[in-house]
Amino acid sequence: MKVSTFEEKVGLAEMLKGGVIMDVTTAEQATIAQDAGAVAVMALERIPADIRADGGIARMSDPEKIKEIQAAVSIPVMAKCRIGHIGEARILEALEVDFIDESEVLTPADEANHIWKHPFKVPFVCGCRDLGEALRRIGEGAAMIRTKGEAGTGNIVEAVRHLRAVVGGIRRLTQLDPGELMAEAKKLGAPFEIVKRVAETGRLPVPNFSAGGVATPADAALMRELGAEAVFVGSGIFKSSDPGRMAKAIVEAVTHWEDADRLAKISAGLGRAMKGLDMAEIPEEQILQTRGW
Amino acid sequence: MPNPRIGILALQGDVEKHRAALERAGATVREVRAPADLDGLDGIVLPGGESTTMSRLLRTGGLFEPLRAFLAAKPVLATCAGLILLAKNVDRLPYETFGLLDITAHRNAWGRQVWSFQEEIAWPHSVNGGRSPFKAIFIRAPRILRVGEGVEVLAGCRGEPVAVRQGNLVALAFHPELSGDDRIQRWWLAGIGR
Repeated sequence: MKVSTFEEKVGLAEMLKGGVIMDVTTAEQATIAQDAGAVAVMALERIPADIRADGGIARMSDPEKIKEIQAAVSIPVMAKCRIGHIGEARILEALEVDFIDESEVLTPADEANHIWKHPFKVPFVCGCRDLGEALRRIGEGAAMIRTKGEAGTGNIVEAVRHLRAVVGGIRRLTQLDPGELMAEAKKLGAPFEIVKRVAETGRLPVPNFSAGGVATPADAALMRELGAEAVFVGSGIFKSSDPGRMAKAIVEAVTHWEDADRLAKISAGLGRAMKGLDMAEIPEEQILQTRGW
Repeated sequence: MPNPRIGILALQGDVEKHRAALERAGATVREVRAPADLDGLDGIVLPGGESTTMSRLLRTGGLFEPLRAFLAAKPVLATCAGLILLAKNVDRLPYETFGLLDITAHRNAWGRQVWSFQEEIAWPHSVNGGRSPFKAIFIRAPRILRVGEGVEVLAGCRGEPVAVRQGNLVALAFHPELSGDDRIQRWWLAGIGR
């Protein structure tokens, strides 16, 4: 018997496809998320919009909080560690969280290196802004990739930019001659073997999800349309006026994204979505997506 | 039956790998999200994913009753969460299942994700043609704690049943679609229309 090989890690990511992963800060919120049909919850001390508002150093959540959330729901529980923070990752693994998000939403611990993820039994998801960044994280052992977007803004524009960059980058690779792939790998700053595999298969070797700015069912449907296989929703649910209804609506939109009549019904009468932030309102030093490389 | 038309319940979960395996094995595949998608299908796959999510989406779309009627009559291959949806008794699931398969199942009962595992398991001769054992991948998998009288155990792992059959229903606690070995799908497809 072999336990938690890369096949099992990617296997869980496959099971989450077509689903919504919701940020929660309490056991009560986790239960609301599960009842609404979330495929997993991300256990946090503060949702990204509050991290942004509060400032200071954002760290891994208190293990006690994570355990409360694990006890409250049967769906997978994820948690975030700081980029490069091997210590936090080991603690989260000991807590048996089901996925670790090595996340730019928390304050980076290492500005040069991300975690070497292969030796861990717990799978990792990492954010990216383009194809090269996605392939570097996969090279380090990430079992799932998500767009970074710009967390805590309720503004989908950055997630769209990042997903288009990844999908467009993949499309470009498939059109290159094999003799051009080494130069392309150098340009992308990505491992050659993975570049070659993406060029041959036309897809990432791990599931490709979207995060960072989803605030409405229409946003979620947009990300599916552009090629995201599942959607993370951070602040968009519990910063809306009716979180339970918004959560259910986003879950349905991710499943029925191709059915516009249904999306119109799903989107009606949901109350206020989170207020959101225009990118121009965010001072440069408060931009989260440029953390990591 | 050449080119059987197979549906995959596609509300959420591992649809894509099932589609790829079934197409390699010669099936024509349609994703099922609404009652009309069931028309003309010769069989259906209930994939892995989150059983709470699927249960909820089955109700909001009006698919539950038409799908239950289909599952009662046509060949079904259910994996992981699909097994949960078919089972008569399930622990702690806040939703009613289809209740067609006479087993008691416990969800995620081998442990959390860090305990997900793979194991070589033995299959009856009719499935694997007497060749090497099958690599079974278990992801936060359910355990089958009770098997009813009319239920045949096809394979076991760690001393417990992990693959069962009851009439038209075949249910697996593991994921044949993840191992890149299509023998189980080919065996199941070969039995359709026979």
